[in-house]
Amino acid sequence: MATKAKPIAQVALGLEPGPFHERLVAHNRQQSWVNWMGYASPSVLDNVEFEYFAIRNQSTLFDISPMCKYAITGPDAETVVNRLVTRDIRKLKPGRVAYCIWCDEDGNVVDDGTVFRLSETEFRLCCQEPQLSWLEDIAWGFDVSISDVTRDIAGLALQGPTSCALLKDLGLAGIETLKTFGIAGFEIAGSVVTISRTGFTGDLGYELWIRPADALKVWDALMGAGKLRGLRVIGYEALEMARIEAGFLLPKVDFLSAQTVLRADRANTPYELGLEWLVALDKPHFNGRRALVDLSKQTPRRKLVAIEIERDKPAHNALVYHRKNREVGMVTSALWSPTCKRNIAYAWLDAPYGQSVTDDLWVEIYLQKEIRWQRRMVRCKLVDKPFFAHPRRTATPPADH
Amino acid sequence: MKYDAIIAGAGHNGLTAACFMARAGLKTLIVEKENHVGGAAVSLSLTPGWTYSNCSYVCSLLRPEIIRALELPKHGLQVIPYEGGGVFNSKGDYFAYMSDHDALRRELIRHSPRDADGYERYSRAVMRQCKFIKPLLLRTAPDPASVKPRDISELLYILKRFHNLGPREMAETVRFWTMSIAEYLDQYFETPMIKAYIAGSGIIGTGLGPYSPGTAYVLLHHYMGEVDGAIGAWGFARGGMGSITQAMARSFEASGGEIRTGSGLDRFIIKDGKVRGVALENGDELYAETVVSGMDVRRTFVDHTDEKELPQEFVKGVKRYRFRGSSGKLNVALDGMPSFTGAPKDASFLRGDLHFLDDMEEIERAYDDWKDGKWSASPYVDFLIPTQIDPTMAPPGKHYATIFVQYAPYELANGEWDDTNREAFAETVISKIERHSPDFRKLIVHKEIRTPKDIEDQVGLTEGNIFQGELTFDQLLFNRPVPGYAQYRSPIKGLYMCGSSTHPGGGVMGAPGANAAREVLSDLGHKIDMGMSA
Repeated sequence: MATKAKPIAQVALGLEPGPFHERLVAHNRQQSWVNWMGYASPSVLDNVEFEYFAIRNQSTLFDISPMCKYAITGPDAETVVNRLVTRDIRKLKPGRVAYCIWCDEDGNVVDDGTVFRLSETEFRLCCQEPQLSWLEDIAWGFDVSISDVTRDIAGLALQGPTSCALLKDLGLAGIETLKTFGIAGFEIAGSVVTISRTGFTGDLGYELWIRPADALKVWDALMGAGKLRGLRVIGYEALEMARIEAGFLLPKVDFLSAQTVLRADRANTPYELGLEWLVALDKPHFNGRRALVDLSKQTPRRKLVAIEIERDKPAHNALVYHRKNREVGMVTSALWSPTCKRNIAYAWLDAPYGQSVTDDLWVEIYLQKEIRWQRRMVRCKLVDKPFFAHPRRTATPPADH
Repeated sequence: MKYDAIIAGAGHNGLTAACFMARAGLKTLIVEKENHVGGAAVSLSLTPGWTYSNCSYVCSLLRPEIIRALELPKHGLQVIPYEGGGVFNSKGDYFAYMSDHDALRRELIRHSPRDADGYERYSRAVMRQCKFIKPLLLRTAPDPASVKPRDISELLYILKRFHNLGPREMAETVRFWTMSIAEYLDQYFETPMIKAYIAGSGIIGTGLGPYSPGTAYVLLHHYMGEVDGAIGAWGFARGGMGSITQAMARSFEASGGEIRTGSGLDRFIIKDGKVRGVALENGDELYAETVVSGMDVRRTFVDHTDEKELPQEFVKGVKRYRFRGSSGKLNVALDGMPSFTGAPKDASFLRGDLHFLDDMEEIERAYDDWKDGKWSASPYVDFLIPTQIDPTMAPPGKHYATIFVQYAPYELANGEWDDTNREAFAETVISKIERHSPDFRKLIVHKEIRTPKDIEDQVGLTEGNIFQGELTFDQLLFNRPVPGYAQYRSPIKGLYMCGSSTHPGGGVMGAPGANAAREVLSDLGHKIDMGMSA
């Protein structure tokens, strides 16, 4: 027999509003949203081109609150994080951030993300896919506490050449001394804000971590100060352009988490992803180590490579051929880079292509011209990542613009 | 009268086989004891204004290849998806299964953030198993004892697919096929209500409890269905389950087939080890050199075939084949939409399958009663109100509830399934529902009660087993129904089986019917193109 007088309300259907939703709605003149972990995230607010150029020319604001965030704290926190990720986290000092990947027992990548070391015993993990039970299982038997803090922390990415100047305008003393991958505490509009010099754009930029209750206050202060610094709210599409240029991989687009793949052979190793520099085989046991030791000696069965393609049409969903006739791979992300003026892409190539065989590679691009489709075979070549690199990303102190 | 082929029983498998045979140009007749076609996939009106799906009640397993090949949509079949489902517990809480992935995640997190992760892993594991097994449905199970090239190549096909799963998944597959649903779910979930919700699919229709080994496979069997390609999605046949068999009957007649209803079978006419036709209860004799039985294996070979014509070993196999009816059903006409104490206003999950449960142990206790020869004091119910979505089954504003009830024994330990016991059985169910829906009882306009005995008597399913025999590993693939006779043929030349007693088993799937037709046509030397790309 039901004892509660009032039935429990049903969870919300459809996209959920995040901590900045009120402001995003006001700016989202296109009314176009994408689903990011169940949250309404703007895809384009006004115009993707101007939003993109604001990243490379002024400053931009992007709501990153939907990112999954986990707090790992306690005496054994370092040991647990070190068992999780493939990098040697003992080398990460408090107040620093490291880009990491973590693997399953077969050496396949579960996810990538950033590890924040807030103190000797406090870590925070930011990533795309939910990881709670994975983390809990790894921490079994250790003196550590793990909690999902996704909803306890609002996040804003402030990115672009004028972003440091903007923060200085707000009176953030010493922000200019914060080095790339550094973390420091500040106050904006009377609210405590943790700032890390990190981002997904490959440009000068910061990520601001805020209590959800202070979210709108901080947003308003940034927007106020941003008037003189060309600040613009951007959506996912503009960010996606910048992230391809910056050489970052996107889970679910460029690779799939080993935990979500249906077909076991779709999972990827760090060696296939070109992320072997993140694997510290010389550290003690960590998840996937045994398999990774073997994999490190083998030729990857395929490889995710950066390519540059002739002419100007982006190679979305294109197949890659060797000598125009043998299908050897496919493109995952493609972009005509407005800043580099290059036609760039990431592609999966089956071995030996992209490894010992790198010449005579072609991309098959389909172009729709007034309904009719046209097929175009264009040459491509392997290049190094990132496509876009600017000294201002790491300059300390950063210039004002 | 002389036909090329006669089908005994107009259930969905008999109809499917008949359709394919008529399409191949055979002069085909179906004989059916009831005055309507459909078997266990029927829509009948027992009170003016309402139509019930009297037996089977949801559609997900019917193979899309069959729907397409028999042009069922052209003949009136429409399958509409239903959204979600839920379970109410005794403490006033509920677990709502939502079709919206993000909403489902929020709901899982409300109960346990760990279970939200667990659900993703669980779905992936089940999906992998479904992908492995799905292509086997529309293929004849190979005989491992045979040296025929076809059997060997089929065995190799299965082995290759199995091997392709990789070492970890191969181990998982064996575990999945043999373990209990309760232990399987314990690996992924911690919330009792969530486990209870999912576990239902592991026991529906079987004489097993959630802790009995083999029930994980039963869940898989229920999950193999698809609506528009989404594996595991369930739907309603618009107009009730009878619209499936009605569409099949129209498709059959459009290819020149003939159906005789109200023509119960007396026996198969057998001469010199060969089938010659059928003798009806009314004394008519109809002749054909190919006869296909849609009835279950017990009815076919014990009730309607002269035992003298059959090898002893085969008869033994048929007699030992397990049925064990375990479920009953209530079909209820309602004067309005019942309210649920635990449900928030406008709860969307009410449009799906509802259950009233605390945990899997409650289902296990319900099973204990069944073993004692009693119907469960607190039965597992699968309760749906299709008229929230389907406008054709009740007058506007009125509703129809289909209530599948488990467990109910075929034979009661104390007494018979007489009217008093049938009413008492219904009362047990209604009072359980009433605890969560106080106005349910007073909304009842009419009800139909079906015990396993009724299902046997009226539908012809032995012991009321809805799958024409248990779906346990010992009775699957090349062991279904009897080792050595898993390829739809019987010891009698020309006499075939096409019911759910054969591979791949029960559910309104149509695969046994289609597979049987393929074997028949191949024996008759037809070039086989059934228009199916399985």
